[in-house]
Amino acid sequence: MRGFNGLLIALALAFIALVSVTLARAQSPGDVLAKFTTDDFSDTAEAVEALAASGDKMAAPIIFALQDGRLLFDAKSKTVFIKDASGAILDAATGQPVTAAPAELETVGINNRLRRAIEAALGTLTLLAPEPQKRLEAALAVYKSRDEKALPALDTAIAKETNANIKRALLEARAAVIVLSADAPEAARLDAVGVIRARGDQEALSLLSSLPADAPPALAKAAASAIKAIQGQLEIWNGVQNAWYGLSLGSVLLLAAIGLAITFGVMGIINMAHGEMVMIGAYVTFMVQEVIRTRYPGLFDYSLLMAVPLAFLVAGAIGIAIERGIIRFLYGRPLETLLATWGLSLILQQAVRTAFGSSNKEVGAPSWMSGAFEVGHLNITYGRLWIICFTLIVFVALLAMLRFTRLGLEMRAVTQNRAMAAAMGIRTARIDALTFGLGSGIAGIAGVALSQIDNVSPNLGQGYIIDSFMVVVFGGVGNLWGTLVGAFTLGIANKFLEPYAGAVLGKIAILVLIILFIQKRPRGMFALKGRAVEA
Amino acid sequence: MTAHPLIRMLDRGAVLFLALLGAFAIAIPVLNLLVPEGSALHVSTYLVALFGKYVCYGILALSIDLIWGYAGILSLGHGAFFALGGYAMGMYLMRQIGTRGVYANPILPDFMVFLNWKELPVYWYGFQYFPYAALMVMLVPGALAFVFGWFAFRSRVTGVYLSIITQAMTFALMLGFFRNNFGFGGNNGLTDFKDILGFNVQAEGTRNALLVVSCLALAIGFLICRAIVTSKFGKVLVAIRDAEARTRFLGYRVEAYKLFVFTLSACMAGVAGALYVPQVGIINPSEFAPGNSIEAVIWVAVGGRGTLTGAVLGAFVVNYAKTFFTSGVLAPYWLFMLGGLFIAVTLLLPRGVIGTYNHWRDGRGEARAAGVPNAPPHAAK
Repeated sequence: MRGFNGLLIALALAFIALVSVTLARAQSPGDVLAKFTTDDFSDTAEAVEALAASGDKMAAPIIFALQDGRLLFDAKSKTVFIKDASGAILDAATGQPVTAAPAELETVGINNRLRRAIEAALGTLTLLAPEPQKRLEAALAVYKSRDEKALPALDTAIAKETNANIKRALLEARAAVIVLSADAPEAARLDAVGVIRARGDQEALSLLSSLPADAPPALAKAAASAIKAIQGQLEIWNGVQNAWYGLSLGSVLLLAAIGLAITFGVMGIINMAHGEMVMIGAYVTFMVQEVIRTRYPGLFDYSLLMAVPLAFLVAGAIGIAIERGIIRFLYGRPLETLLATWGLSLILQQAVRTAFGSSNKEVGAPSWMSGAFEVGHLNITYGRLWIICFTLIVFVALLAMLRFTRLGLEMRAVTQNRAMAAAMGIRTARIDALTFGLGSGIAGIAGVALSQIDNVSPNLGQGYIIDSFMVVVFGGVGNLWGTLVGAFTLGIANKFLEPYAGAVLGKIAILVLIILFIQKRPRGMFALKGRAVEA
Repeated sequence: MTAHPLIRMLDRGAVLFLALLGAFAIAIPVLNLLVPEGSALHVSTYLVALFGKYVCYGILALSIDLIWGYAGILSLGHGAFFALGGYAMGMYLMRQIGTRGVYANPILPDFMVFLNWKELPVYWYGFQYFPYAALMVMLVPGALAFVFGWFAFRSRVTGVYLSIITQAMTFALMLGFFRNNFGFGGNNGLTDFKDILGFNVQAEGTRNALLVVSCLALAIGFLICRAIVTSKFGKVLVAIRDAEARTRFLGYRVEAYKLFVFTLSACMAGVAGALYVPQVGIINPSEFAPGNSIEAVIWVAVGGRGTLTGAVLGAFVVNYAKTFFTSGVLAPYWLFMLGGLFIAVTLLLPRGVIGTYNHWRDGRGEARAAGVPNAPPHAAK
């Protein structure tokens, strides 16, 4: 019987689709509501259609109630009631609470077909809602459902709409309906194809591809050319998106590697505990947020701004302590430095694990870092955007510091010719400590940013150490620009390889490529030339 | 100075080492199998497997010492060769399971049945034969080391650059072996072994035999290394370590020397891994973790690089300490100690235990020969 009923309803719906608008106008609200009381699916469907078209202020609550199974009726008196969320019974016709509801209320039943009709009806209803956001959603819903019954409502909405964005969405929804409507005039359908083509996204593609095979030849041709154009466009957007993700990944790599470019690139120290400096920066952020949460919740949006200098100081101080305590005894013995700093990284990890536990710590995003916006078909989150900006700011600040400050001058002097620098009165040991502290401090700053996109756990740093070394070695040791180019090259290459090879294989491919690249250019892309090389 | 090569090769330290190793290889099985349980001298089967593991680590340390101590090549990826050897042996052991697996498939290992694979991948062919697997144990790590070294040494990638790319190599391999579709069991690796050459891997006798075989492999590896480092070839290696450019200008093909020891060392590491797997009963991708390789380097540093015996001693001592501390209440502090060990050894004991002893003995000998008491030690290199 189910199948037969379904068939009946389908027929009824097809019929209603053609005549409902005219019928609905003719019916009084009471007649419409009475249809809910027959407990017949096709009657209910008619009632829904009629309500949606009537624009009655009770239409939306009634249909919502129907959808949630909160629409009740009394078969004897042919009246309909809504049970609201608190359980109170309202009269469906007026929306007023009923003091004495009839004893035996039954729920108006719905089935799947009816559910779809309800959704379409709600889409139509909300097309005229006062809230722009609701109207936009409704337009998108119609675009997806391609419900011809929504056409009149769409036309009304388009005429009224003042918001350009929503108007476009409405026009696209209308075009989507018309393109697939066999009854629409061919010229209108061709116009609609143009509108859909201008939309140019995956949805548009699937819509045009779903055009039936018996479509008129001119229409089919237009659709085919639109599909081709959209595909080409999507290809480009895909590339742009990969490039954006690549930039984002590259900025993360750069942030992690930039401190290493100082300690390894400029000073020649293999600091395997570099990742732990990043990790410490992330934990500083966590602690700053904890204090703010418990004491000054209003300042939460500024927590990251406060964490940046603190992370720099904490990580920098630890860096100076490391240089004074361990590394200064190991200059000229890079392999031993590597081992000692590895040991140090184990100790730092375990220390953090002992102090904070090994579970991930929650670091929140301030409000100005959450959310996203769209450029064309590109979805850009504010968090990623800020990290890229932040990375570039750090990079420029570091370059400026090395170029224009006295400390930067002395650092460069010691790097280029230690003996001569010492002869000129520069205290090289102090510069060594400060340089190492600077590199570590920048790693700490990186930790603040990475706390936003990665799990803050004692293992945070480990994940970055190999990548960071790859970036510095690839870019060329002793050259900050090389690090910049290296980081973005690796980031973008990684994201472009990912769709073909998958995330893990892409990463392996990158590692293999770097290993091969180092064979070709053992000193990286931007190698220092001349005497500095062997120094 | 013109002693017979054999005498030069087997100096007092080497003979002592071999004697101790021999005594160890005899004593442990005797104490395990013949001394009744409950006796104070009885060695439990658990300890036999543990010692077997240490011996394998000793072989790995030896292979690292050969290239680091004598040729100055610090590989941070030797764990990869160790693990590859282990995987080759693991594949043999998997094929031996046969129909005793959970899915009782006579050909496919369980994890392949689980992944709905219909056929054995081509690279698994032949691993049911022990000689083939044994060959692969050395051939696969050796071939990888040869190709890697050929590229690296020819383009003169040295020092820390080499260390970093070897680390990247093992990292890349780790990522790869974690994938299911690589065909090596993904995350879980290879485990649940039953037989090796028809003997149950869990049996007491097999465990003792594996220990003895491991000791034998260590002894052979030690002799090979001694033969190399005491020969003229070894002198060239040391020259490369101390002044690579000068050695090249003297007309030696530095790349060829390095490539040879690097490949040999990888083969040794592969053998160590192959002996390790049946004794611990599992091989999984975490053996490729860069941390493992660096830890192996510290064994060598503790014992003394460039001493061979020191490397083995370091492997034993550090791993014994690790077992001791990680099994008790001190477990959370083990990483502090390991990290501290890295720092202390590099700062305070750069020659390692055996190296420092040798240095002290040589210094005393020279002082006595020169008739000067308390001669200053050699300037640290």
